[in-house]
Amino acid sequence: MSAYARQARDWVPAAAVFVLAIVVWDGSIAAFHIQQFLLPKPTSIVSSFWNERHTLWPAGWTTFQEALGGFVGGSLFGMFVATVVGRFKIVGTALMPIAIAANAIPIIAFAPIFNVWFNPLSPHSKMAISGVLCFLPVMVNTLRGLQSASPRQIELMRSYAASDLEIWRRVRVPTALPFVFTSLKVASVLAMIGAVVGEYFGGSFNALGVLIRSKAQVFQFETAWAGILVASLLGIALYAAVAVTERFVVRWAPETRDS
Amino acid sequence: MTQVAIASPSRGRSFGAPAARALGRVAAVVVLLLVLVALWELYRWVWTSRGWTWPFLVNDTSMPHVWTILKAFGEPAQANQPSLGSILFHKSLFTAKEAAAGFALGAVVGFALGIVLVHSRFLQRGFLPYIVASQTIPILAIAPMVVIWVNPKLPASLQGWGSVAVIAAYLTFFPVTINTLRGLQSADPRALDLMRTYAASRWTVLWKLRVPTSLPYVFAALKIAATASVVGAIIGELPSGLQSGLGGAILNFNQYYSFEPQELWATNIAAAGVGILFFGAVVVTERLVVRRAPENVA
Amino acid sequence: MSAEHGTPERSVVEIKSLTKTFPRGHVTALQEIDLDLRAGEFVSLIGPSGCGKSTLLRVIGDLIEPTAGSVTVNGKTAKRARADHDYGIVFQDAVLFDWRSVSKNIGLPLELLGWDRARRKARVEEMLELVELTSFADHNPWQLSGGMQQRVAIARALAFEPALLLMDEPFGALDEMTRERLNLELLSIWQQLRSTVVFVTHSISEAVFLSTRVVVMSPRPGRIAGIVDVDLPYPRTVETREAPRYFELVTQVRELLRSRGEHLLPEEEAALAE
Repeated sequence: MSAYARQARDWVPAAAVFVLAIVVWDGSIAAFHIQQFLLPKPTSIVSSFWNERHTLWPAGWTTFQEALGGFVGGSLFGMFVATVVGRFKIVGTALMPIAIAANAIPIIAFAPIFNVWFNPLSPHSKMAISGVLCFLPVMVNTLRGLQSASPRQIELMRSYAASDLEIWRRVRVPTALPFVFTSLKVASVLAMIGAVVGEYFGGSFNALGVLIRSKAQVFQFETAWAGILVASLLGIALYAAVAVTERFVVRWAPETRDS
Repeated sequence: MTQVAIASPSRGRSFGAPAARALGRVAAVVVLLLVLVALWELYRWVWTSRGWTWPFLVNDTSMPHVWTILKAFGEPAQANQPSLGSILFHKSLFTAKEAAAGFALGAVVGFALGIVLVHSRFLQRGFLPYIVASQTIPILAIAPMVVIWVNPKLPASLQGWGSVAVIAAYLTFFPVTINTLRGLQSADPRALDLMRTYAASRWTVLWKLRVPTSLPYVFAALKIAATASVVGAIIGELPSGLQSGLGGAILNFNQYYSFEPQELWATNIAAAGVGILFFGAVVVTERLVVRRAPENVA
Repeated sequence: MSAEHGTPERSVVEIKSLTKTFPRGHVTALQEIDLDLRAGEFVSLIGPSGCGKSTLLRVIGDLIEPTAGSVTVNGKTAKRARADHDYGIVFQDAVLFDWRSVSKNIGLPLELLGWDRARRKARVEEMLELVELTSFADHNPWQLSGGMQQRVAIARALAFEPALLLMDEPFGALDEMTRERLNLELLSIWQQLRSTVVFVTHSISEAVFLSTRVVVMSPRPGRIAGIVDVDLPYPRTVETREAPRYFELVTQVRELLRSRGEHLLPEEEAALAE
């Protein structure tokens, strides 16, 4: 089977499903007389997306900045804490179950409190939510990564009478990088969601979440869904940026190797 | 060659050992909570005495005393009403019910779909890209709208909480499907060959080999989904004016925050409790079910 | 043996009354070991699982501390010898760093020693030639076969030309043919560099083929059951494996293993069989 045929075989089913889904969606709206204003046709979402782009994209940019701020801040802090904790093995093993349990707390429930601490109109409250959401997975995975060097590798370095710092620099950090990037990909998705949902509890008027909520409240669902589309695209963009950086930095990990 | 010290099987493990360990863990949790309380109060004290305003102003409203929050559980939120604690308890149950129903539905459907997909490359190629891509859609952002849309379509007995359960189901379904598929595919090819030499049917191979191999993956997804279900349930309750759950409570107490900050904090503690309990339930189930996994050997 | 190499018969490793117990599990890995290793020797440590051979190797390398007794390496304490980079070590698993190319892997100890780039480059090229992997200098570790990875590990261990080479079953994970080839390569390198080698192995044939002396150990507790002087001439070749004397020595080693192996389980005996 030629390379083209193989590509076609791989992607035709997905394309078929896509077309089918659109047809079914459009069709069932017509057939079942689903009220347009609750579940709009895909075509109307797209046209709304286009028509409202002058409001949607700036709003998206505002929210994206909040997400980015939280992403960068939370991730860096997570890596920092993991590095510090990683030096003291006992603290690390004690902290892991705590961090995992803390991850089970619905952080988003704290959004109103963050709004009280930082002005609801300011981006900082949303950055704080995104930051907290990003902090935990990045910290946990960085810590795991720093501890993932094999005993043999450590023995090898000890045979060279290498100092702890040298071991950290030459072995632990490189072994941790694949873990760090995995968690950064997770965090990138969480950051955007955190910012948008955080804005449901209050935010400046030209923010995406606020826009989506207000449009939904007046039943302008096409625009609301178009706003969701913008949020998705921005989230994907952030994820893609992290993934591309990963390919570059972590060329040796099994997931990013050419083989 | 493996490392040299072949430890002789440690004798002297009495019946008391597992109980002692559990007690030790509980003690550790209690100590941890006390440390957190101490940190909270310390932060409060330092910031109020110095008057620092970064990152935010600290006073009785923004950071109530821990004791005030705990006391609030016992007092009624409004005059002549049951205590906040019991109100929050019922609201927690309501939200938990939504989350659990959605979680169960999403897990079952996701697991089933995973099984279907592992047997059909065609279906995999058709649906997998969307399932994977959907993880980048901010589903939580859609939650309120979905709830508004689904609610009228449900039978009366399910209305209200049912639409929120749909959110939880949605959030559970995707990771469970993906991980089930990965887990089912992760069976050792040599083990599959072995089953073929027994002329085992697909059904047998599925249940005797693939499913047991997939369990660690499935539980990893279930752990994520457990938390996501609770979050989804809380968010889903926001728009529809569903007063009976924690989401509604959050909105409510948010409005009164400047007067009674401790009520919102108490609600958050309740929400945290529900989240941790859900997660803990899945972890415990995992320990029981996946008994032979190396990480779970005592 | 060492006299044929023309090197003075000074003692490189002196072990006196060495004892090592692991507190957890109450295992006596080594008990009252006395051993003298002279410059230029190729000494194999062989024995069933649990006889302490890997532990002994690691004590020499100061990767494990003895419970009692003394270890002197090059006239110094083992700790000092490690700090002075007096030995190189090769494990059963090549332990190459995936994020470094082959050249950079070999250059790792040199970086730690603070050598400048030019000097490192020259030495790395020398080492690549020694193990015949010059054309793979810029490859990544995972692109190499198991045997090639081990050759890189050997090159790395010898990069700063230590007088002592410690090897923990380096060829254990490889197939028989690669193993035999690498045995010949290792002998050639040893004779070129005139180092002293301590070689842990599970294979009687490998031990006899490579060594000047074979130290047979027995387990529980780890003791030296006996030492066999291998008087086969160097250089050893494929034909050596078919010489009658070779078989006599192999039998001698096997008998030693069995005789002191009243603690040997049937499967351990089988593991030592050829």
